[in-house]
Amino acid sequence: MNTNKNTEAQRLTFAEKLYLPELAKGMSITFREMFKPKFTRQYPEQRWDPTGSYRGRPVLVLEEGKERCVACGLCSLVCPAMAIEVQAAETENEKERYPEKFEINMLRCIYCGFCEEVCPEEAIVMSKDYELLFSSQKDAIYGKDRLLVPVEQLQDRLDFLKEYK
Amino acid sequence: MGNFVFDLIGKNIVAALVICIIPLVFILPYALIAILGELKIGAWMQDRVGPMRTGWKGVLQPVAEVVKLLQKEDITPTIANKPLFNLAPFIVFIGAFAAFAVLPFSEKFIPSGINLGLFFVFAVGSFAVIGIVMGGWASNNKYSLLGAMRSVAQIISYELPAGMVFLSIATIAGTLDMQTIILNQSGPIWNWYIFGGPQGGAIKFLFIPFFVILFIVYLISSLAETNRTPFDIPEGESEIVAGYHTEYSGMKFAMFFMAEYANMYVVSAIIVILFLGGWSSPFGTSFMDGPIWGIFWMVGKAFFFVFVQIWLRWTLPRLRVDQLMYLGWKVLLPLSIACFMAIAFLAMIN
Repeated sequence: MNTNKNTEAQRLTFAEKLYLPELAKGMSITFREMFKPKFTRQYPEQRWDPTGSYRGRPVLVLEEGKERCVACGLCSLVCPAMAIEVQAAETENEKERYPEKFEINMLRCIYCGFCEEVCPEEAIVMSKDYELLFSSQKDAIYGKDRLLVPVEQLQDRLDFLKEYK
Repeated sequence: MGNFVFDLIGKNIVAALVICIIPLVFILPYALIAILGELKIGAWMQDRVGPMRTGWKGVLQPVAEVVKLLQKEDITPTIANKPLFNLAPFIVFIGAFAAFAVLPFSEKFIPSGINLGLFFVFAVGSFAVIGIVMGGWASNNKYSLLGAMRSVAQIISYELPAGMVFLSIATIAGTLDMQTIILNQSGPIWNWYIFGGPQGGAIKFLFIPFFVILFIVYLISSLAETNRTPFDIPEGESEIVAGYHTEYSGMKFAMFFMAEYANMYVVSAIIVILFLGGWSSPFGTSFMDGPIWGIFWMVGKAFFFVFVQIWLRWTLPRLRVDQLMYLGWKVLLPLSIACFMAIAFLAMIN
Protein backbone atom coordinates (compact mmCIF):
# COMPACT_ATOMS: atom_id res chain seq x y z
CA MET A 1 0.00 0.00 0.00
CA ASN A 2 1.33 3.41 -0.98
CA THR A 3 0.58 5.70 1.93
CA ASN A 4 1.86 8.85 0.21
CA LYS A 5 -1.17 9.06 -2.04
CA ASN A 6 -4.37 10.77 -1.09
CA THR A 7 -7.28 8.67 -2.22
CA GLU A 8 -7.93 5.04 -1.61
CA ALA A 9 -7.99 4.35 -5.34
CA GLN A 10 -4.45 5.71 -5.65
CA ARG A 11 -3.12 4.09 -2.53
CA LEU A 12 -4.06 0.54 -3.42
CA THR A 13 -1.99 -1.60 -5.75
CA PHE A 14 -3.65 -3.51 -8.56
CA ALA A 15 -3.63 -6.74 -6.59
CA GLU A 16 -5.31 -5.01 -3.69
CA LYS A 17 -7.93 -3.47 -5.95
CA LEU A 18 -8.61 -6.88 -7.40
CA TYR A 19 -9.57 -7.89 -3.86
CA LEU A 20 -9.24 -11.61 -4.50
CA PRO A 21 -5.73 -12.08 -3.00
CA GLU A 22 -6.76 -10.18 0.11
CA LEU A 23 -9.88 -12.27 0.26
CA ALA A 24 -7.79 -15.43 0.10
CA LYS A 25 -5.67 -14.14 2.98
CA GLY A 26 -8.74 -13.59 5.11
CA MET A 27 -10.12 -17.00 4.20
CA SER A 28 -6.87 -18.72 5.13
CA ILE A 29 -6.89 -17.01 8.53
CA THR A 30 -10.38 -18.21 9.37
CA PHE A 31 -9.56 -21.68 8.09
CA ARG A 32 -6.51 -21.91 10.33
CA GLU A 33 -8.47 -20.61 13.31
CA MET A 34 -10.86 -23.53 12.91
CA PHE A 35 -8.25 -26.02 14.03
CA LYS A 36 -6.68 -24.06 16.83
CA PRO A 37 -7.35 -25.23 20.39
CA LYS A 38 -10.28 -23.55 22.08
CA PHE A 39 -10.13 -22.20 25.61
CA THR A 40 -13.81 -22.29 26.47
CA ARG A 41 -14.57 -23.78 29.88
CA GLN A 42 -17.74 -25.87 30.20
CA TYR A 43 -18.72 -23.89 33.25
CA PRO A 44 -20.95 -25.81 35.64
CA GLU A 45 -18.89 -28.97 35.18
CA GLN A 46 -15.46 -27.43 34.89
CA ARG A 47 -15.14 -24.80 37.56
CA TRP A 48 -12.37 -22.33 37.89
CA ASP A 49 -10.30 -22.62 41.04
CA PRO A 50 -9.01 -19.16 41.91
CA THR A 51 -5.66 -18.55 43.56
CA GLY A 52 -5.16 -16.76 46.87
CA SER A 53 -4.96 -13.39 45.15
CA TYR A 54 -8.58 -13.61 43.99
CA ARG A 55 -11.01 -11.15 45.58
CA GLY A 56 -14.29 -12.96 45.88
CA ARG A 57 -17.05 -12.60 48.44
CA PRO A 58 -15.80 -10.99 51.69
CA VAL A 59 -16.14 -13.32 54.69
CA LEU A 60 -15.46 -13.23 58.43
CA VAL A 61 -12.77 -15.53 59.76
CA LEU A 62 -14.02 -18.06 62.28
CA GLU A 63 -11.25 -19.21 64.56
CA GLU A 64 -11.67 -21.69 67.43
CA GLY A 65 -15.43 -21.45 67.32
CA LYS A 66 -15.70 -17.65 67.41
CA GLU A 67 -15.04 -14.74 65.12
CA ARG A 68 -11.80 -12.79 65.12
CA CYS A 69 -13.74 -9.60 64.62
CA VAL A 70 -13.67 -7.09 67.51
CA ALA A 71 -16.37 -4.88 66.01
CA CYS A 72 -14.17 -1.80 65.66
CA GLY A 73 -16.28 -0.68 62.68
CA LEU A 74 -13.34 0.36 60.50
CA CYS A 75 -14.53 -1.82 57.60
CA SER A 76 -17.93 -0.24 57.77
CA LEU A 77 -16.32 3.18 57.76
CA VAL A 78 -13.95 2.54 54.86
CA CYS A 79 -16.45 0.72 52.66
CA PRO A 80 -16.92 2.96 49.59
CA ALA A 81 -20.23 1.34 48.74
CA MET A 82 -21.49 1.47 52.33
CA ALA A 83 -22.33 -2.21 52.20
CA ILE A 84 -21.23 -3.18 55.72
CA GLU A 85 -23.19 -2.63 58.89
CA VAL A 86 -21.68 -3.52 62.27
CA GLN A 87 -23.24 -3.34 65.71
CA ALA A 88 -20.94 -4.05 68.62
CA ALA A 89 -21.71 -5.70 71.91
CA GLU A 90 -19.54 -6.47 74.91
CA THR A 91 -18.21 -9.87 75.79
CA GLU A 92 -17.72 -11.21 79.34
CA ASN A 93 -14.06 -10.28 79.11
CA GLU A 94 -13.14 -6.79 80.10
CA LYS A 95 -12.67 -4.21 77.32
CA GLU A 96 -13.45 -6.75 74.65
CA ARG A 97 -16.23 -6.48 72.10
CA TYR A 98 -17.75 -8.66 69.47
CA PRO A 99 -20.09 -7.91 66.55
CA GLU A 100 -23.62 -8.55 67.65
CA LYS A 101 -24.78 -7.89 64.13
CA PHE A 102 -22.54 -7.96 61.08
CA GLU A 103 -24.23 -7.55 57.74
CA ILE A 104 -22.86 -7.14 54.25
CA ASN A 105 -25.25 -6.20 51.50
CA MET A 106 -23.90 -8.24 48.60
CA LEU A 107 -25.80 -6.13 46.06
CA ARG A 108 -23.77 -3.14 47.20
CA CYS A 109 -20.39 -4.79 47.65
CA ILE A 110 -17.94 -3.92 44.90
CA TYR A 111 -15.25 -6.43 45.91
CA CYS A 112 -12.63 -3.70 46.32
CA GLY A 113 -11.07 -5.38 49.35
CA PHE A 114 -10.74 -2.15 51.39
CA CYS A 115 -12.42 -3.79 54.39
CA GLU A 116 -9.81 -6.51 54.37
CA GLU A 117 -6.99 -3.99 54.00
CA VAL A 118 -8.16 -1.82 56.86
CA CYS A 119 -8.97 -4.64 59.28
CA PRO A 120 -6.51 -4.62 62.23
CA GLU A 121 -7.36 -8.18 63.24
CA GLU A 122 -7.33 -9.85 59.78
CA ALA A 123 -10.86 -10.77 60.65
CA ILE A 124 -12.54 -9.97 57.35
CA VAL A 125 -10.91 -11.39 54.21
CA MET A 126 -11.90 -11.93 50.62
CA SER A 127 -12.78 -15.54 49.85
CA LYS A 128 -12.65 -17.48 46.60
CA ASP A 129 -16.41 -17.66 46.36
CA TYR A 130 -17.58 -16.09 43.09
CA GLU A 131 -20.95 -17.80 42.74
CA LEU A 132 -23.44 -15.50 44.39
CA LEU A 133 -27.11 -15.64 43.72
CA PHE A 134 -30.13 -14.32 45.52
CA SER A 135 -33.81 -14.42 44.82
CA SER A 136 -34.67 -11.13 46.53
CA GLN A 137 -33.04 -7.97 47.78
CA LYS A 138 -33.52 -9.10 51.34
CA ASP A 139 -31.80 -12.35 50.52
CA ALA A 140 -28.75 -10.41 49.36
CA ILE A 141 -28.02 -9.10 52.86
CA TYR A 142 -25.63 -11.63 54.32
CA GLY A 143 -25.69 -11.91 58.12
CA LYS A 144 -23.17 -13.53 60.42
CA ASP A 145 -24.63 -16.97 59.75
CA ARG A 146 -23.49 -16.83 56.12
CA LEU A 147 -20.40 -14.69 56.59
CA LEU A 148 -18.49 -16.78 59.10
CA VAL A 149 -16.10 -19.23 57.44
CA PRO A 150 -13.63 -21.49 59.28
CA VAL A 151 -10.04 -20.31 59.07
CA GLU A 152 -8.88 -23.54 57.44
CA GLN A 153 -10.83 -22.76 54.28
CA LEU A 154 -9.24 -19.32 54.00
CA GLN A 155 -5.62 -20.37 54.40
CA ASP A 156 -4.69 -19.46 50.80
CA ARG A 157 -5.89 -15.91 51.19
CA LEU A 158 -4.30 -15.51 54.63
CA ASP A 159 -0.97 -16.74 53.24
CA PHE A 160 -1.29 -14.30 50.36
CA LEU A 161 -2.01 -11.44 52.74
CA LYS A 162 0.96 -12.38 54.92
CA GLU A 163 3.23 -12.09 51.90
CA TYR A 164 1.87 -9.07 50.08
CA LYS A 165 -0.16 -6.91 52.45
CA MET B 1 -29.12 -42.83 -18.21
CA GLY B 2 -32.66 -42.91 -16.99
CA ASN B 3 -34.23 -43.04 -13.63
CA PHE B 4 -33.83 -45.97 -11.29
CA VAL B 5 -37.23 -45.41 -9.70
CA PHE B 6 -38.94 -45.85 -13.06
CA ASP B 7 -36.85 -48.98 -13.64
CA LEU B 8 -37.91 -50.39 -10.27
CA ILE B 9 -41.60 -49.50 -10.12
CA GLY B 10 -42.43 -48.76 -13.70
CA LYS B 11 -43.72 -45.52 -15.15
CA ASN B 12 -46.77 -44.91 -12.97
CA ILE B 13 -48.15 -42.43 -10.44
CA VAL B 14 -46.50 -44.17 -7.46
CA ALA B 15 -43.09 -43.83 -9.04
CA ALA B 16 -43.76 -40.15 -9.72
CA LEU B 17 -44.73 -39.58 -6.07
CA VAL B 18 -41.64 -41.41 -4.84
CA ILE B 19 -39.52 -39.22 -7.09
CA CYS B 20 -41.18 -36.10 -5.70
CA ILE B 21 -40.56 -37.18 -2.13
CA ILE B 22 -36.89 -38.15 -2.49
CA PRO B 23 -35.58 -34.53 -2.74
CA LEU B 24 -37.78 -33.51 0.19
CA VAL B 25 -36.41 -36.38 2.25
CA PHE B 26 -32.98 -35.19 1.24
CA ILE B 27 -33.59 -31.51 2.11
CA LEU B 28 -34.74 -32.05 5.69
CA PRO B 29 -31.67 -33.88 7.03
CA TYR B 30 -29.44 -31.75 4.83
CA ALA B 31 -30.91 -28.57 6.34
CA LEU B 32 -30.24 -29.93 9.84
CA ILE B 33 -26.65 -30.77 8.92
CA ALA B 34 -26.16 -27.37 7.31
CA ILE B 35 -27.55 -25.54 10.35
CA LEU B 36 -25.25 -27.53 12.61
CA GLY B 37 -22.38 -26.81 10.25
CA GLU B 38 -23.21 -23.13 10.31
CA LEU B 39 -23.21 -23.05 14.11
CA LYS B 40 -20.15 -25.21 14.64
CA ILE B 41 -17.95 -23.92 11.83
CA GLY B 42 -18.82 -20.35 12.71
CA ALA B 43 -17.93 -21.05 16.31
CA TRP B 44 -14.63 -22.73 15.46
CA MET B 45 -13.63 -19.89 13.18
CA GLN B 46 -14.23 -17.45 16.01
CA ASP B 47 -12.32 -19.60 18.53
CA ARG B 48 -15.48 -20.68 20.27
CA VAL B 49 -16.76 -24.21 20.75
CA GLY B 50 -20.34 -23.61 19.64
CA PRO B 51 -23.33 -25.51 21.00
CA MET B 52 -22.21 -28.25 23.40
CA ARG B 53 -25.28 -29.13 25.48
CA THR B 54 -27.77 -30.84 23.17
CA GLY B 55 -26.59 -34.34 22.46
CA TRP B 56 -22.98 -35.36 22.07
CA LYS B 57 -20.96 -32.17 21.53
CA GLY B 58 -24.18 -30.39 20.60
CA VAL B 59 -25.00 -32.36 17.46
CA LEU B 60 -28.72 -32.27 18.24
CA GLN B 61 -28.80 -28.46 18.39
CA PRO B 62 -30.51 -28.04 14.98
CA VAL B 63 -33.23 -30.47 16.08
CA ALA B 64 -33.76 -28.39 19.20
CA GLU B 65 -33.94 -25.24 17.10
CA VAL B 66 -36.54 -26.72 14.78
CA VAL B 67 -38.62 -27.86 17.76
CA LYS B 68 -38.32 -24.39 19.26
CA LEU B 69 -39.51 -22.79 16.01
CA LEU B 70 -42.45 -25.22 15.83
CA GLN B 71 -43.52 -24.34 19.37
CA LYS B 72 -43.25 -20.60 18.88
CA GLU B 73 -46.31 -18.46 18.53
CA ASP B 74 -47.12 -17.80 14.91
CA ILE B 75 -47.70 -14.06 14.84
CA THR B 76 -49.38 -12.25 11.96
CA PRO B 77 -49.31 -8.48 12.37
CA THR B 78 -52.80 -6.97 12.40
CA ILE B 79 -52.02 -4.44 9.68
CA ALA B 80 -50.32 -7.01 7.45
CA ASN B 81 -51.96 -8.27 4.30
CA LYS B 82 -52.76 -11.72 5.67
CA PRO B 83 -53.11 -13.90 2.56
CA LEU B 84 -49.90 -12.59 1.00
CA PHE B 85 -48.09 -12.60 4.32
CA ASN B 86 -48.96 -16.23 4.93
CA LEU B 87 -48.23 -17.31 1.38
CA ALA B 88 -44.83 -15.68 0.99
CA PRO B 89 -42.60 -18.12 2.92
CA PHE B 90 -44.08 -21.06 1.07
CA ILE B 91 -43.47 -19.43 -2.30
CA VAL B 92 -39.87 -18.85 -1.36
CA PHE B 93 -39.52 -22.47 -0.32
CA ILE B 94 -41.29 -23.73 -3.44
CA GLY B 95 -38.83 -21.74 -5.53
CA ALA B 96 -35.94 -23.48 -3.85
CA PHE B 97 -37.60 -26.89 -3.90
CA ALA B 98 -38.63 -26.68 -7.55
CA ALA B 99 -34.98 -26.38 -8.55
CA PHE B 100 -34.40 -29.84 -7.06
CA ALA B 101 -36.61 -31.25 -9.82
CA VAL B 102 -33.77 -31.01 -12.31
CA LEU B 103 -30.77 -31.54 -10.03
CA PRO B 104 -29.26 -34.94 -10.72
CA PHE B 105 -28.06 -36.99 -7.76
CA SER B 106 -26.42 -39.68 -9.81
CA GLU B 107 -26.20 -41.18 -13.25
CA LYS B 108 -29.33 -43.16 -12.50
CA PHE B 109 -31.34 -40.60 -10.61
CA ILE B 110 -32.59 -37.21 -11.65
CA PRO B 111 -36.12 -36.31 -10.52
CA SER B 112 -37.02 -34.93 -13.93
CA GLY B 113 -34.66 -35.38 -16.86
CA ILE B 114 -36.02 -32.52 -18.96
CA ASN B 115 -33.67 -31.26 -21.63
CA LEU B 116 -34.03 -27.64 -20.43
CA GLY B 117 -32.65 -28.30 -16.97
CA LEU B 118 -30.30 -25.34 -16.82
CA PHE B 119 -32.97 -22.97 -18.07
CA PHE B 120 -35.47 -24.36 -15.57
CA VAL B 121 -33.10 -23.78 -12.64
CA PHE B 122 -32.54 -20.24 -13.82
CA ALA B 123 -36.29 -19.66 -14.11
CA VAL B 124 -37.28 -21.00 -10.71
CA GLY B 125 -34.25 -19.36 -9.14
CA SER B 126 -35.93 -16.01 -9.73
CA PHE B 127 -39.08 -17.36 -8.13
CA ALA B 128 -37.74 -16.81 -4.61
CA VAL B 129 -37.58 -13.07 -5.12
CA ILE B 130 -41.35 -12.96 -5.71
CA GLY B 131 -41.89 -14.55 -2.33
CA ILE B 132 -39.42 -12.19 -0.72
CA VAL B 133 -41.10 -9.11 -2.14
CA MET B 134 -44.50 -10.52 -1.25
CA GLY B 135 -43.43 -11.14 2.34
CA GLY B 136 -41.65 -7.82 2.66
CA TRP B 137 -44.48 -5.81 1.24
CA ALA B 138 -47.28 -7.67 2.98
CA SER B 139 -45.58 -7.28 6.37
CA ASN B 140 -46.39 -3.56 6.27
CA ASN B 141 -43.11 -2.76 7.97
CA LYS B 142 -40.55 -0.31 6.67
CA TYR B 143 -37.63 -2.64 7.35
CA SER B 144 -39.32 -5.53 5.60
CA LEU B 145 -40.07 -3.38 2.59
CA LEU B 146 -36.52 -2.04 2.46
CA GLY B 147 -35.14 -5.56 2.70
CA ALA B 148 -37.42 -6.78 -0.06
CA MET B 149 -36.46 -3.89 -2.33
CA ARG B 150 -32.79 -4.50 -1.71
CA SER B 151 -33.31 -8.16 -2.45
CA VAL B 152 -34.92 -7.42 -5.80
CA ALA B 153 -32.16 -5.02 -6.79
CA GLN B 154 -29.55 -7.55 -5.78
CA ILE B 155 -31.05 -10.59 -7.45
CA ILE B 156 -31.75 -8.76 -10.71
CA SER B 157 -28.18 -7.45 -10.79
CA TYR B 158 -26.60 -10.79 -10.11
CA GLU B 159 -28.83 -12.89 -12.32
CA LEU B 160 -27.23 -11.33 -15.38
CA PRO B 161 -23.67 -12.54 -14.73
CA ALA B 162 -25.08 -15.88 -13.57
CA GLY B 163 -27.07 -16.07 -16.80
CA MET B 164 -23.94 -15.35 -18.83
CA VAL B 165 -22.17 -18.20 -17.02
CA PHE B 166 -25.05 -20.57 -17.82
CA LEU B 167 -24.97 -19.39 -21.42
CA SER B 168 -21.23 -19.97 -21.73
CA ILE B 169 -21.47 -23.51 -20.42
CA ALA B 170 -24.53 -24.19 -22.58
CA THR B 171 -22.57 -22.95 -25.59
CA ILE B 172 -19.56 -25.15 -24.97
CA ALA B 173 -21.64 -28.18 -23.96
CA GLY B 174 -24.14 -27.67 -26.76
CA THR B 175 -27.02 -28.57 -24.46
CA LEU B 176 -29.10 -27.35 -21.53
CA ASP B 177 -29.65 -30.87 -20.20
CA MET B 178 -27.99 -31.42 -16.83
CA GLN B 179 -27.20 -35.09 -17.39
CA THR B 180 -25.61 -34.45 -20.79
CA ILE B 181 -23.51 -31.62 -19.37
CA ILE B 182 -22.22 -33.96 -16.67
CA LEU B 183 -21.74 -36.82 -19.10
CA ASN B 184 -19.60 -34.52 -21.25
CA GLN B 185 -17.32 -34.04 -18.28
CA SER B 186 -16.93 -37.69 -17.30
CA GLY B 187 -13.56 -39.29 -17.70
CA PRO B 188 -10.31 -37.80 -16.43
CA ILE B 189 -10.36 -34.75 -14.21
CA TRP B 190 -9.21 -32.36 -16.98
CA ASN B 191 -12.50 -33.01 -18.76
CA TRP B 192 -14.25 -30.87 -16.17
CA TYR B 193 -15.36 -27.53 -17.48
CA ILE B 194 -13.26 -25.64 -14.98
CA PHE B 195 -10.27 -27.17 -16.79
CA GLY B 196 -11.63 -26.36 -20.21
CA GLY B 197 -14.00 -29.23 -20.90
CA PRO B 198 -13.62 -32.44 -22.86
CA GLN B 199 -13.06 -31.05 -26.34
CA GLY B 200 -9.62 -31.98 -27.51
CA GLY B 201 -6.61 -30.05 -28.66
CA ALA B 202 -3.92 -28.13 -26.84
CA ILE B 203 -5.78 -24.93 -27.74
CA LYS B 204 -8.22 -25.52 -24.90
CA PHE B 205 -5.50 -24.79 -22.33
CA LEU B 206 -5.41 -21.21 -23.59
CA PHE B 207 -9.03 -20.89 -22.55
CA ILE B 208 -8.74 -22.29 -19.03
CA PRO B 209 -8.41 -18.77 -17.44
CA PHE B 210 -11.80 -17.87 -18.91
CA PHE B 211 -13.39 -20.93 -17.38
CA VAL B 212 -11.80 -20.16 -14.02
CA ILE B 213 -13.06 -16.56 -14.18
CA LEU B 214 -16.54 -17.81 -15.03
CA PHE B 215 -16.33 -20.19 -12.07
CA ILE B 216 -15.46 -17.33 -9.72
CA VAL B 217 -18.15 -15.12 -11.26
CA TYR B 218 -20.76 -17.78 -10.67
CA LEU B 219 -19.52 -18.45 -7.14
CA ILE B 220 -19.96 -14.76 -6.31
CA SER B 221 -23.32 -14.44 -8.04
CA SER B 222 -24.61 -17.55 -6.33
CA LEU B 223 -23.82 -16.03 -2.94
CA ALA B 224 -25.82 -12.97 -3.95
CA GLU B 225 -28.72 -15.08 -5.16
CA THR B 226 -28.96 -16.98 -1.90
CA ASN B 227 -28.76 -13.73 0.12
CA ARG B 228 -25.78 -15.03 2.05
CA THR B 229 -23.01 -12.96 3.57
CA PRO B 230 -21.20 -10.98 2.12
CA PHE B 231 -24.31 -10.26 0.06
CA ASP B 232 -26.85 -10.38 2.86
CA ILE B 233 -27.89 -6.75 2.57
CA PRO B 234 -31.59 -7.76 2.20
CA GLU B 235 -31.44 -9.04 5.77
CA GLY B 236 -28.58 -6.98 7.15
CA GLU B 237 -29.42 -7.02 10.81
CA SER B 238 -27.35 -4.00 11.76
CA GLU B 239 -29.16 -1.84 9.23
CA ILE B 240 -32.70 -3.11 8.72
CA VAL B 241 -33.36 -5.48 11.69
CA ALA B 242 -33.88 -8.69 9.70
CA GLY B 243 -34.98 -7.37 6.32
CA TYR B 244 -37.87 -9.09 4.64
CA HIS B 245 -38.47 -11.60 7.44
CA THR B 246 -38.57 -9.09 10.29
CA GLU B 247 -42.23 -9.76 11.03
CA TYR B 248 -42.12 -13.52 10.64
CA SER B 249 -41.97 -15.95 13.50
CA GLY B 250 -42.43 -19.61 14.22
CA MET B 251 -42.89 -22.01 11.37
CA LYS B 252 -43.15 -19.34 8.68
CA PHE B 253 -39.77 -18.01 9.67
CA ALA B 254 -38.49 -21.58 9.59
CA MET B 255 -39.72 -21.87 6.01
CA PHE B 256 -37.64 -18.84 5.00
CA PHE B 257 -34.74 -20.37 6.83
CA MET B 258 -35.12 -23.74 5.17
CA ALA B 259 -35.50 -22.11 1.76
CA GLU B 260 -32.20 -20.34 2.31
CA TYR B 261 -30.48 -23.61 3.11
CA ALA B 262 -32.15 -25.43 0.24
CA ASN B 263 -31.02 -22.62 -2.06
CA MET B 264 -27.49 -23.00 -0.78
CA TYR B 265 -27.52 -26.61 -1.89
CA VAL B 266 -29.07 -25.73 -5.24
CA VAL B 267 -26.43 -23.18 -6.16
CA SER B 268 -23.66 -25.45 -4.88
CA ALA B 269 -25.01 -28.30 -6.96
CA ILE B 270 -25.12 -26.06 -10.02
CA ILE B 271 -21.51 -25.02 -9.50
CA VAL B 272 -20.62 -28.70 -9.29
CA ILE B 273 -22.64 -29.62 -12.36
CA LEU B 274 -21.38 -26.78 -14.50
CA PHE B 275 -17.73 -26.80 -13.58
CA LEU B 276 -16.76 -29.79 -11.50
CA GLY B 277 -18.21 -32.76 -13.30
CA GLY B 278 -21.35 -33.35 -11.24
CA TRP B 279 -21.53 -36.97 -10.18
CA SER B 280 -18.48 -38.07 -12.14
CA SER B 281 -15.52 -39.29 -10.16
CA PRO B 282 -12.36 -37.18 -10.11
CA PHE B 283 -10.35 -40.38 -10.66
CA GLY B 284 -11.73 -41.11 -14.11
CA THR B 285 -14.30 -43.68 -15.09
CA SER B 286 -12.47 -46.70 -13.70
CA PHE B 287 -12.11 -45.88 -10.01
CA MET B 288 -14.92 -45.10 -7.54
CA ASP B 289 -17.30 -44.48 -10.39
CA GLY B 290 -20.85 -45.66 -10.97
CA PRO B 291 -24.37 -44.71 -9.90
CA ILE B 292 -23.84 -45.26 -6.16
CA TRP B 293 -20.50 -43.48 -6.04
CA GLY B 294 -22.19 -40.83 -8.18
CA ILE B 295 -24.43 -39.87 -5.26
CA PHE B 296 -21.35 -39.65 -3.05
CA TRP B 297 -19.45 -37.42 -5.47
CA MET B 298 -22.41 -35.21 -6.31
CA VAL B 299 -23.48 -34.62 -2.71
CA GLY B 300 -19.90 -34.49 -1.45
CA LYS B 301 -18.82 -31.87 -3.94
CA ALA B 302 -21.97 -29.85 -3.34
CA PHE B 303 -21.45 -30.07 0.43
CA PHE B 304 -17.97 -28.73 -0.05
CA PHE B 305 -19.43 -25.62 -1.66
CA VAL B 306 -22.01 -25.34 1.10
CA PHE B 307 -19.02 -25.35 3.44
CA VAL B 308 -17.38 -22.65 1.31
CA GLN B 309 -20.50 -20.51 1.67
CA ILE B 310 -20.46 -20.94 5.43
CA TRP B 311 -16.73 -20.24 5.46
CA LEU B 312 -17.23 -17.02 3.48
CA ARG B 313 -20.04 -15.97 5.76
CA TRP B 314 -17.87 -16.13 8.84
CA THR B 315 -14.93 -14.43 7.13
CA LEU B 316 -16.23 -11.48 5.17
CA PRO B 317 -18.10 -8.36 6.20
CA ARG B 318 -21.26 -7.28 4.41
CA LEU B 319 -20.96 -5.21 1.24
CA ARG B 320 -22.36 -1.71 1.07
CA VAL B 321 -25.28 -1.28 -1.34
CA ASP B 322 -23.28 0.83 -3.80
CA GLN B 323 -20.37 -1.63 -3.66
CA LEU B 324 -22.81 -4.41 -4.41
CA MET B 325 -24.11 -2.63 -7.49
CA TYR B 326 -20.58 -1.73 -8.57
CA LEU B 327 -19.46 -5.33 -8.32
CA GLY B 328 -22.49 -6.71 -10.10
CA TRP B 329 -22.76 -4.30 -13.02
CA LYS B 330 -19.24 -2.99 -13.54
CA VAL B 331 -17.10 -6.01 -12.70
CA LEU B 332 -18.94 -9.29 -12.97
CA LEU B 333 -21.14 -8.51 -15.95
CA PRO B 334 -18.38 -7.24 -18.32
CA LEU B 335 -16.10 -10.05 -17.17
CA SER B 336 -18.72 -12.70 -17.80
CA ILE B 337 -19.58 -11.24 -21.21
CA ALA B 338 -15.90 -11.23 -22.19
CA CYS B 339 -15.52 -14.81 -21.03
CA PHE B 340 -18.69 -15.79 -22.86
CA MET B 341 -17.27 -14.41 -26.10
CA ALA B 342 -13.97 -16.23 -25.59
CA ILE B 343 -15.77 -19.48 -24.91
CA ALA B 344 -18.10 -19.00 -27.84
CA PHE B 345 -14.95 -18.67 -29.94
CA LEU B 346 -13.59 -21.89 -28.46
CA ALA B 347 -16.87 -23.64 -29.21
CA MET B 348 -16.77 -22.33 -32.76
CA ILE B 349 -13.26 -23.57 -33.57
CA ASN B 350 -13.97 -27.02 -32.15
